[in-house]
Amino acid sequence: MAKTLYDKIWDRHVVKTLPDGQVLLYIDRQLVHEVTSAQAFEGLRLAGRRPRHPELHVATADHNVPTDEDRTIRDPIGRESVETLERNCREFGIRHYGIHDEWQGVVHIIGPEQGITLPGITMVCGDSHTATHGAFGAIAFGIGTSEVEHVMATQTIRQRKSKTFQVEYTGTLQPGVTAKDMVLRLIGEIGTAGGTGYAIEYTGAPVRACSMEERLTICNMTIEGGARVGMIAPDETTFAYIAAEDRFFAPKGKDLEEAIAFWKTLPTDPEAVFDRTLTIDVDGMAPQVTWGTSPGMVTDITCKVPQPDQVKGYARADVEKALAYMGLTPGMPIADIKVDVVFIGSCTNGRIEDLRHAANIIRGHKVADGVRTLVVPGSEAVRRQAEAEGLDRIFTEAGAEWRRAGCSMCLAMNPDKLAEGERSASTSNRNFEGRQGKGGRTHLVSPQMAAAAAVKGHFVDVREWPGIA
Amino acid sequence: MDPFTSHTGIVATIDRANIDTDQIMPKQFLKSIHRVGFGEHAFSDWRYLPDGSLNLDFILNQPPCDKATILVARNNFGCGSSREHAVWGITQFGFRVVIAPRALDGDTVIPAFADIFRNNSGKNGLLTIELSEEEVEQIFQAAAAQPGIEMTVDLEAQTLTLHKKEGDARMAFDIDAGLKDKLVKGLDDIALTLQSEEEIATFEATHSPQLYGCTTNREI
Ligand code: SF4
Repeated sequence: MAKTLYDKIWDRHVVKTLPDGQVLLYIDRQLVHEVTSAQAFEGLRLAGRRPRHPELHVATADHNVPTDEDRTIRDPIGRESVETLERNCREFGIRHYGIHDEWQGVVHIIGPEQGITLPGITMVCGDSHTATHGAFGAIAFGIGTSEVEHVMATQTIRQRKSKTFQVEYTGTLQPGVTAKDMVLRLIGEIGTAGGTGYAIEYTGAPVRACSMEERLTICNMTIEGGARVGMIAPDETTFAYIAAEDRFFAPKGKDLEEAIAFWKTLPTDPEAVFDRTLTIDVDGMAPQVTWGTSPGMVTDITCKVPQPDQVKGYARADVEKALAYMGLTPGMPIADIKVDVVFIGSCTNGRIEDLRHAANIIRGHKVADGVRTLVVPGSEAVRRQAEAEGLDRIFTEAGAEWRRAGCSMCLAMNPDKLAEGERSASTSNRNFEGRQGKGGRTHLVSPQMAAAAAVKGHFVDVREWPGIA
Repeated sequence: MDPFTSHTGIVATIDRANIDTDQIMPKQFLKSIHRVGFGEHAFSDWRYLPDGSLNLDFILNQPPCDKATILVARNNFGCGSSREHAVWGITQFGFRVVIAPRALDGDTVIPAFADIFRNNSGKNGLLTIELSEEEVEQIFQAAAAQPGIEMTVDLEAQTLTLHKKEGDARMAFDIDAGLKDKLVKGLDDIALTLQSEEEIATFEATHSPQLYGCTTNREI
């Protein structure tokens, strides 16, 4: 029978079907961070259990870590959280990249970077953006802390199979329009619950044309559309990325050849049928900017802040609440929105290509007066690479801050926060109320759009930026 | 986990769709390494004013709803981050049940609960009940007319009964059979799965989780 990519990987990992119709699914890798693991380790300890396969786990500290040079966590509870992870990993024999480790970084950045993420595997993490790793053609999804403990103890998870959803992109992106815009457009189209219960597979020429890092950006925001799994079939782009240097845990030489031969069998069979299909044409698509407090509240840079009764998928009252929170009036051009802070980073857009794109826009310009701009690499490896290419100097010479790796202002659990009422252009993935600091107002955009907003002090259509077209 | 058979308690309503887990349990409370102490922080930004005092306009601060054990909201409850702390906050506040409607937007169904939240709830003995929009609207209206109204949720019979002054109103609900069994018996997933230990070992004998890659405990 013809199978989808998702079916093929799923079927290879079913240990048994349970009486209630769920299956016991084998998990090949678990990523661990400090925020969602302490209670899981504690549970193991209380029950006298050990991880079944500590060698299939990797941990890092990312959410609480300060991004300044000093890296001292001043908040005692945040410090305890990070130290507890280190202690737990030592006790249970799990590889851990601590706050001062040269390979530390956001969990979803270091997985691909170090070759931990591979096609055909199942991967989980106590973090909803685990869908990121599906960009390699893996089933990767976020779980809760009880499940983190369950995977540690049994290397399996009890899970019901999702329905499959093909999101097919067609057309060609204009210069300056990015993978981030592709996924924001999708969420605007299906809403933040549109993908609930589905595993999405992204297909079509614009997806194939994406680099590995761009694919990671698309899959990263799958959860913002409600789906836990977002995948892209592996191809030559995937294999070339895995074959690169420094992917410690990826296969090499003959192993890699064998692996590639197997990975080539994974893509969805031509006759396979998805439960749902949607086509999105990117021809002429403008860069996207969110204007509300839900990632589905998004529009083109060329458009205006919408009227409350003209937003698909949101009740009038919810839109009014969002606009009041955001301090925006309907009918105002998006390009007139002024920003106080620009954040470039996160597991959505904190990779080296993102920083190169942002640097290209900023090069030779100055950050606008009164705009605080933070550039936060997704991992220490990304930071070193960027510094080797001189990107850090492009940012600092323009007046932006160049920081150490971590989640930073994506969710502001560390000191990088918006103040009450401050407005940001952010390359992260969530614009929820208070996400970047209590009372802070977030507009989600691509790295190019964020960099241009930093220079101009308001949003601009980056397609018109000198040197872009 | 405490078994859940039947429960009677006060209903509190929050008239909002898409209540995300950042609202339910703001990030500053995720730093804790403990499993308890989250109840006082649930819905923190709505419950407390900037000076830390109680926001008396918020329903969960208004007696008798400050003792509510059944929460009713609009669709897509618990969306956003996977933090199980959101469920811990809700249960430690005292809630045993959350009710929300599946909504229709054209042909698309907007589910009552986000997947991960629903999953996490089941693992913590929190019952999530999905009803139609009309049924949830009926509860909202009853609660507005009669603040502090009580409801009985009978999981075994899969019914809920709204105790209105003018007489009881009863509704039926669906629930996944496996989840119901687990909640009713108060079972722990890990112990259940470890009963399949032999099958896991057999599976591992032929499945390579490394898939040609290296395990992470080697020297690099
Ligand atoms: S960068 Fe943001 S979305 Fe990604 S793991 Fe960190 S907090 Fe979560």
